[in-house]
Amino acid sequence: MSVDPATVKKIARLARIRVDEAELPALADEVNGILHFVEQLQSVDVEGVAPLTSVVHRSLPLRDDVVTDGGSAETLLANAPDRIECFFTVPKVVE
Amino acid sequence: MSNPNLIQGATGEWEMVIGLEVHAQVTSNAKLFSGAATTFGAEPNSQVSTVDAGFPGMLPVINRYCVEQAVRTGLGLKAKINLTSVFDRKNYFYADLPNGYQISQYKDPIVGEGRLILDMKDGSTREIGITRLHLEQDAGKSMHDQHPNLTFVDLNRAGVALMEIVSEPDMRSAEEAALYLTKLRTVLRYLGTCDGNMEEGSMRADVNVSVRRPGAEFGTRCEIKNVNSIRFVRAAIEYEARRQIDILEDGGKIDQETRLFDSGKGVTRSMRSKEDAHDYRYFPDPDLLPLVLDAEWVAEIEKGLPELPDEKKARLVADYGIKPYDASVLVAEREPADFFEAVAKGRDPKLAASWIMGDYFAMLNRLGKSVTDSPVSAKALGELIDLIADDTISGRIAKEVFEAMVETGKAPGAIVEEKGLRQVTDTGAIEAAIDEVLARNADKVAEYRSGKDKLFGFFVGQVMKATQGKANPAAVNEILKGKLSP
Amino acid sequence: MAGELTKLGIAEAKAGLAAKDFSAVELTSAFLDAMEGGRALNAYITETPDLALEQAAKSDARIAAGEAGPLEGLPIGVKDLFCTRGVLTTAASHILDGFTPPYESTVTSNLWRDGAVLLGKLNMDEFAMGGSNENSYYGPVVNPWRRNGDTAALVPGGSSGGSAAAVAADLCVAATGTDTGGSIRQPAAFTGTVGIKPTYGRCSRFGIVAFASSLEQAGPMTKSVTDAAILLGSMAGHDPHDSTSVPTPVPDYAAALTGDLKGKKIGIPKEYRVDGMPAEIEAWWAKGAEWLRDAGAEVVEISLPHTRHALPAYYIVAPAEASSNLARYDGVRFGLRVPGKDLIEMYENTRGEGFGPEVRRRIMIGTYVLSAGYYDAYYSRAQKLRRLIANDFETAFETVDAVLAPTAPSAAFASGEKADPVSMYLLDVFTVTANLAGLPAMSVPAGLSDQGLPMGLQVIGKPFDEAGVLNVGFALERAAAFKAKPAAWWRA
Ligand SMILES: [Mg+2]
Ligand SMILES: [Zn+2]
Repeated sequence: MSVDPATVKKIARLARIRVDEAELPALADEVNGILHFVEQLQSVDVEGVAPLTSVVHRSLPLRDDVVTDGGSAETLLANAPDRIECFFTVPKVVE
Repeated sequence: MSNPNLIQGATGEWEMVIGLEVHAQVTSNAKLFSGAATTFGAEPNSQVSTVDAGFPGMLPVINRYCVEQAVRTGLGLKAKINLTSVFDRKNYFYADLPNGYQISQYKDPIVGEGRLILDMKDGSTREIGITRLHLEQDAGKSMHDQHPNLTFVDLNRAGVALMEIVSEPDMRSAEEAALYLTKLRTVLRYLGTCDGNMEEGSMRADVNVSVRRPGAEFGTRCEIKNVNSIRFVRAAIEYEARRQIDILEDGGKIDQETRLFDSGKGVTRSMRSKEDAHDYRYFPDPDLLPLVLDAEWVAEIEKGLPELPDEKKARLVADYGIKPYDASVLVAEREPADFFEAVAKGRDPKLAASWIMGDYFAMLNRLGKSVTDSPVSAKALGELIDLIADDTISGRIAKEVFEAMVETGKAPGAIVEEKGLRQVTDTGAIEAAIDEVLARNADKVAEYRSGKDKLFGFFVGQVMKATQGKANPAAVNEILKGKLSP
Repeated sequence: MAGELTKLGIAEAKAGLAAKDFSAVELTSAFLDAMEGGRALNAYITETPDLALEQAAKSDARIAAGEAGPLEGLPIGVKDLFCTRGVLTTAASHILDGFTPPYESTVTSNLWRDGAVLLGKLNMDEFAMGGSNENSYYGPVVNPWRRNGDTAALVPGGSSGGSAAAVAADLCVAATGTDTGGSIRQPAAFTGTVGIKPTYGRCSRFGIVAFASSLEQAGPMTKSVTDAAILLGSMAGHDPHDSTSVPTPVPDYAAALTGDLKGKKIGIPKEYRVDGMPAEIEAWWAKGAEWLRDAGAEVVEISLPHTRHALPAYYIVAPAEASSNLARYDGVRFGLRVPGKDLIEMYENTRGEGFGPEVRRRIMIGTYVLSAGYYDAYYSRAQKLRRLIANDFETAFETVDAVLAPTAPSAAFASGEKADPVSMYLLDVFTVTANLAGLPAMSVPAGLSDQGLPMGLQVIGKPFDEAGVLNVGFALERAAAFKAKPAAWWRA
């Protein structure tokens, strides 16, 4: 499988990364180089093999339903690049 | 018989197909994956952990209580509990989704197929399939109307535990959808897993609507997001079905899309912000492990379930002999059903049901009160019914006593004594009153005797009036009949 | 004296502090001076001298009161992937501009609990993506080592290149690193230092900026195997804030270092003999096997048949997880924001400008392999290969106690030498298998290459047998007697 510049543009949009039009062909080449490299997996017989998503063999640990965190809007907002009072702000969204 | 759900279009009949995805907030103290609080109405961003806000290096740890509540709800919906379930990431960008993904369950939800029974007006029932229930995080809140060119973001809700309950596309009218939501809310409240408060957003519905010719394949559906009242769900469905029919009848086709219900205008419209949100790139969240439930724990949760509305309804019908529809009204909430049982125990249940569903509910409605803060207790209403049963007062006088109970909070027995409302059962006194009425209305007596049977009610009325309503109605009837017969 | 102090490792410095040969403040000052003199290496992104001296003074007080912790007064460098409360944390990325975490990572909390002193935050490849440290927004780290008779700048390896360079150049007593595909072991090999990636779940990931969650672990980077054992003992442990952290007790790793391998069986995986591998790497590998035999071990050839699929599987799984983990860098709550006319444009501008080329590439690949229609062909298939690779090790560990392999397919190379991303990825060929299978693995210096550069040997062990791995490493270290140090050319 390989991708063309139009597909690269779509992926970049999905990933919310601005890529200049002029950069697309070169980026497509890079992506294709990597895709070509990983392509060799397609030839392996994985029939009946279950995907391994975690090497940890235990069930999800559960915590108690107690409030232990939060409570300070000031701490939360201290790193915000833009804020008004206790809100984070972003360019206006039209729904 | 023709199907009342069908909609008449310009080119023939159409049928709606409706499925609901309900997001129900789990009533927990802390969030699903963080220790931040969930209280409604807090100061903006004051109940947010750095986990909820997607800060670098923060990791989720799941809340046991939320898992338990999901299992309880699944059991309450007679659904299959999946002992192994998986949390996935649903990836998309939005201002109030701090991580850029929502932790949800995709392929392997905690709860599988179940069902919900609708109680129809005519006393019949209808089963709606539940496809699944899964646990997921809520997003934060974006406010678009606070500033001319900025959206404000409050993350207090971000990370709150939701149960997404997905129905089969089994509903065929806005009415059924409304009944479904009402019933689901009833079940959740019985279980105590969600408070069902739609105004505060703890229960919201995504409504999937399509239309088709009766019996045809399903049409293309539209999803109306986040409708927050049952009334709006009805309105949104009615509008959306009509919109789709109009398009189809004009030869157009329906685009599968996400829409928004504008409650002010009563219309649905396409959601621009969701235009390219369809590639969610789900994959198992590598920060979490599969959730494996202990079968014994599930059995323990099942043992602790309360009696649910369907079972309660069946029991009320069987044990008390009341009508199925009356029973379904009584069990719509736990408190009225308990109230009924407290009143009916050891008494005539039908009389209890008719009092509760009649004067009692009317009074609550009038005063804007509920069973829990009612001025008339089950004990007091029971005593009133006892006074009727032992002929101390008539049904008519009882209504007067009831009003006095509401106003004064006094016991019915005391009111009867105070006001001298005890019913007259002394046949001598009743006979005297009847004789007087008959003497005063000799002309009507003649009419009656010549065949005008309807006048009997007139005589009863006159006798009751003469005795200030206190005469025993049965005795009045019997003596009157004797005296009037030629 | 001050110059000598910085040569000390953890064990010697501990002994010196205990004997009151010098104070923690003196030790810390010596390192702060060395850091200042070593800025040409660009090993640190942020230096924290005031904090360090303050912590050192407290350590001296505790030492005087007889309350010294296991790392009391030891000046440590921390990879800038660990969040440190109140101290700028960048992950070497422009997108985290100005980010000061209001929390501390569990691993660094453990270090401070045990008395360690923070010297500063170490440079690295942006978001730990890279094998040469050329992908840092704060500029490349320079390897203290140079080829014989050559002044060309070499890379220190990556992504924990700042940590490796700082340890090798005596700019800290020891450092922390993280390893997602070899990011501790490969730079350790390139700089003649020791590094161990513990079993997945052994160290908490809480507070470590995430790259590929299912693969990465924190670990120590040190001047000796003994130091690695001591530092890992402090870093490791169960953490209820990390759902993948494992509640297995932490043994006394240093106590396990006997160097005696009698009754142990070491496997040499034949599939690690890859095409075009330099002869001197083969030679050091053979030498390592001989050393282990001398220490009493039986050395046998084993097969790990799915080895060649490890790299491609890794370069699907890691970018996929990264594409999602890095979605939170959106200019809303912290870090860089580049304005745009609407929300989407603000996101695109911020992320377009905030991420470097390699990070952008990996996000693109990860987004693609998870996108509609490709999940099964890529991600799901890679996770199946992952199981086969893990199964290979499980089978091997039925007969052997540990595996010996080279750490990297080459010694350190010159900056700019590997321009093609895939050729860079090939550097991880011997290391990614341990990440995919979640196994503990370490790199120990074996000797110098013909060009005078350090070469590393890798030991891979059974899950949670860090003690066993460290002991094999200890035997190698003893036999190799690697004492070479780079000439301190960087001191102006
Ligand atoms: Mg939905
Ligand atoms: Zn949902």
